[in-house]
Amino acid sequence: MTDDLRLVFPGTTVAVRTALLKMVGNLQQLDLDAEKIGSIELVVAEALNNIVEHAFAEQNGRIDLRLTNGERGLYCAIEDDGSPMPDGRPPIGNPPDLSVDLQDLPEGGFGWFLIREITRDLGYERVENHNRLTFRIPVGDDFTRS
Amino acid sequence: MGMELNSETIGNALLVTVCEPRIDAAVAIQFKDRMREVSDGGPDRVILDMSAVSFLDSSGLGAVVAVMKFLGKERSFELAGLTPTVAKVFRLTRMDSIFTIHPDLETAIAPLANAS
Repeated sequence: MTDDLRLVFPGTTVAVRTALLKMVGNLQQLDLDAEKIGSIELVVAEALNNIVEHAFAEQNGRIDLRLTNGERGLYCAIEDDGSPMPDGRPPIGNPPDLSVDLQDLPEGGFGWFLIREITRDLGYERVENHNRLTFRIPVGDDFTRS
Repeated sequence: MGMELNSETIGNALLVTVCEPRIDAAVAIQFKDRMREVSDGGPDRVILDMSAVSFLDSSGLGAVVAVMKFLGKERSFELAGLTPTVAKVFRLTRMDSIFTIHPDLETAIAPLANAS
């Protein structure tokens, strides 16, 4: 990809999938291994899925995704014109509680945990009628150590 | 958007192969529904071959957990052939401690071949 990628698309799961495939096609032109591209795709997918599920739960709208390749990694800025985040900030993203009975295992709530595990410098602001989520995905060091 | 699964019975196990490259938010519900259809009334042991799946997001992970829950404690739900990005999602969420995960399909079905 060039040093800057911008994709604008409707806030639906199908449009998110198409945008992710486009993004991955661009990332493959950078000097990144397949596993890192997988991590980037995962974290951007989680951020976009949250927007579709929550910000656009009761309305339609557009998502504006920007990726910028910088010295300290890949900088991501995602804007949408949906509902604001509750409490005005992104969820804490606690690790899922797995010490429960089979029928009580969580089927969701992993998204913010994964975003916070993989990204750095997470920021959120409400600007006029837009949500703006920003984060950095460190590239070049072992950023997904676990 | 469709969700193609192939299923066959080998010995006392139902082998389900995901024939899609992605289990994501766009198909998570279809995946659950199709899994319910193919596993209904089948063998107690269900093995899911995920070697064709290159991408799984948290919606897809939630759907896989849901399958294990509706199969219940009486039936065994095992995974095989996780690709690196899919394996990472299981590892980061610690879900790899909940599921029986075989490195590949051959390992998963080897005991069946020996027994017959």
